[in-house]
Amino acid sequence: MSADLALIGPVLAAMLTAATPLLFAALGELVVEKSGVLNLGVEGMMLVGAVCGFAVTAQTGSSTAGFAIAALAGAGTAALFGVLTLLLLANQVATGLALTLFGVGLSALIGQGFVGIPIPDVPELNIPGLTDLPVIGKALFGQDAVVYLGLAMVPAVHWFLYGTRRGLILRAVGENHAAAHALGYKVIRIRFLAVLFGGAMSGIAGAYLSLDYTPMWAEGITAGRGWIALALVVFATWKPGRVLLGAWLFGGVTIAQLHVQGLGIDIPSQLLSMLPYLATVVVLVLISRDIARIRLNAPASLGKVFHPDA
Amino acid sequence: MDSATLSTTRASTPPHRLELRGITKRFPGCLANDSVDLVLKPGEIHALLGENGAGKSTLVKIIYGVLHADAGTLLWQGQETMIPDPAGARRLGIGMVFQHFSLFDTLTVAENISLGLDNPGPMDALSQRIAEVSERYGLSLDPRRHVHHLSVGERQRVEIVRCLLQDPRLLIMDEPTSVLTPQEATRLFETLRVLAAEGCTILYISHKLEEIRALCDTATVLRGGRVVGSCDPRKETARSLAEMMIGTELSTPERLPHGVAGAPKLQVRHLSTTSDNPFATNLKDVSFEVRAGEILGIAGVAGNGQAELMAALSGEELLPEPAAVTIEGRPVGHLGPRERRELGLAFVPEERLGRGAVPELSLSENALLSGYAREPLVRSGLVHFGRARSYAERIIGAFNVVTHGHRAEARSLSGGNLQKFIIGREILQRPRLLVVGQPTWGVDAGAAAAIHRALIALAQDGAAVLVISQDLDELFVLSNRIAVLFHGRLSDSRPTHQTSVEEIGLLMGGLFNHPPDEDEE
Repeated sequence: MSADLALIGPVLAAMLTAATPLLFAALGELVVEKSGVLNLGVEGMMLVGAVCGFAVTAQTGSSTAGFAIAALAGAGTAALFGVLTLLLLANQVATGLALTLFGVGLSALIGQGFVGIPIPDVPELNIPGLTDLPVIGKALFGQDAVVYLGLAMVPAVHWFLYGTRRGLILRAVGENHAAAHALGYKVIRIRFLAVLFGGAMSGIAGAYLSLDYTPMWAEGITAGRGWIALALVVFATWKPGRVLLGAWLFGGVTIAQLHVQGLGIDIPSQLLSMLPYLATVVVLVLISRDIARIRLNAPASLGKVFHPDA
Repeated sequence: MDSATLSTTRASTPPHRLELRGITKRFPGCLANDSVDLVLKPGEIHALLGENGAGKSTLVKIIYGVLHADAGTLLWQGQETMIPDPAGARRLGIGMVFQHFSLFDTLTVAENISLGLDNPGPMDALSQRIAEVSERYGLSLDPRRHVHHLSVGERQRVEIVRCLLQDPRLLIMDEPTSVLTPQEATRLFETLRVLAAEGCTILYISHKLEEIRALCDTATVLRGGRVVGSCDPRKETARSLAEMMIGTELSTPERLPHGVAGAPKLQVRHLSTTSDNPFATNLKDVSFEVRAGEILGIAGVAGNGQAELMAALSGEELLPEPAAVTIEGRPVGHLGPRERRELGLAFVPEERLGRGAVPELSLSENALLSGYAREPLVRSGLVHFGRARSYAERIIGAFNVVTHGHRAEARSLSGGNLQKFIIGREILQRPRLLVVGQPTWGVDAGAAAAIHRALIALAQDGAAVLVISQDLDELFVLSNRIAVLFHGRLSDSRPTHQTSVEEIGLLMGGLFNHPPDEDEE
């Protein structure tokens, strides 16, 4: 086996793991936005999830408990957003930005005692035969369960939105909340549930970073991935499959630039670190140039305050 | 005698489908329904009449469970009933077709209908049922199409089929024909008559009195939240019905004398637009002119390019070809709304809140927004609030705007009153050219007559007026000439006295494909 071929496995594996946090955060936000709510607080919810998950795993030694608490913490942060925007009718953009700032500060506060503490590894899948396959075995069949859960969420979210009645109702609420209300649907309750789901997904995304991707706690560990997830949703024109492609692209370029740095090519490392963000945005802008597509898929009530007066 | 025969004799007068007793509903600052009594019998088509703000919408929302009455009882088939929400109303067998369709543009017909049903079942079976019902009542519909591709008439069919699938005993129709061509309205009436013959009660709300005379068996008239009378509309005239609604004598505008048109004020030459918006209708080679002293009416069902034409004329949408629109001979296609206003153009957009007026601003601030162009309201960049206030008060006085003063927020006014204010704001500037979209949409008979008189007076003073409207009766009252917009194309204009509602109705359905300038006489 040549050295080039030997590289494929690790690169593929690294790409899948780099894409996972984006996948969770973006799919969660996709459901939130399809219900007509714009929550810009993804980064903040991810940070709260990351630190809570890390704290619980560091105390209990169980990464499963860590992920569960991270989902709850993310949903709890999102509930704050839901109360402010859906019940008290605060502006969604301002509240979302505030939520991110809040998450940055809160996670730093909680995380003070956890910097530099080691935690146990998240167990990885091992299917005898498959995992031992040459080149791709480790990458495709040797990841931890969260990576596969993330991949499974893509068809699951698609099936929920386009294959179930609840999904249809959620899309209807995001499309025209006044009409949905007139038909007797509980707009605020449906949106609140969507916001909670988005928060839980962001929490898991954050915990994946602190428990798995780089198993440690550091302030600002999400490094702007919450914002990339938000961008992914829009540029993927609110389609789960395209979110997956965008997340893979981001993951792929992240790994590629690490390898380029490793080869010692004379390009400033800051420039290379910028590449995944730049590449994701550029490619998705190119994909979504077609404004007609955006208008057909964008939830028409996105970000609009709903007040149920008749 | 056994109990069965006893109960039939007791039920010798069958129970009313729906009876309202003393329904009262109060909103902050107004009594929307004041002890309203209403009886609806099985199989009747019952009209609910009244001006804007008379309480019709509130009353039907109470029947449909959207609002709850503060006092009064509601009897369904003789049983006292509480209707907690629209789903509860649907379970009883009450269906409603809304004035502003409650449809979802990016969903399919079947998905839209499914959302309005409580037990829609699987999509395939539902599509089958939709096809059957639309066949039976002559409402052709394809369940798989997306709603944004449908015409307004087809969208209404979606709403009606959605109601019919629930086998309703009472169907409420709120202004159903305001967006239909005359031919589409005739088809709707046939459907409604079939339904009524099957025993379904229809509660019909409309401003169009001729329609009510043609269709309805009974009419109940509301004024100021109270029932002021009921009648058999077939035995009344449109005028007597209108006078019952407004409570005073109706003064109708006089028709314009023919042939007074002067020099062209607005010319549109080969105007075509392209839009990125998939919901937009592109204009295709539209040409017309409006002369001083005349009113040109542009008819057409909504969504055939009216919004795009308004945007191109007002300057909201800039045109690549400046000469496509000229005002008094000057090419203005490249100029924005402000420059066009300074050249003498005034316009009243169709959308009152958001385009015609800023909902959160007071009336005097709204008066300032377009009034600054010709009224001395701004001096060296500073607003002269005293003058803005007196300008707003002049509009309120001259156009009988019902409001508690110039400080009232625009959104606090009813639709008709706000429309009078907006039209007044433009007319008091004495524009040489006025473009109006849907001047009396949703406006009651009294206010509509006032707006029509003002437009005609403006034209008689030598201004050129362009009216874009879906209401043919209105266009026939106002216009010297009428043209029709269909799928972004404009027909040639016809002098109003040489055409008929039927002919314009056919044009609105797209029956014109002759080359331009064929019927110039």
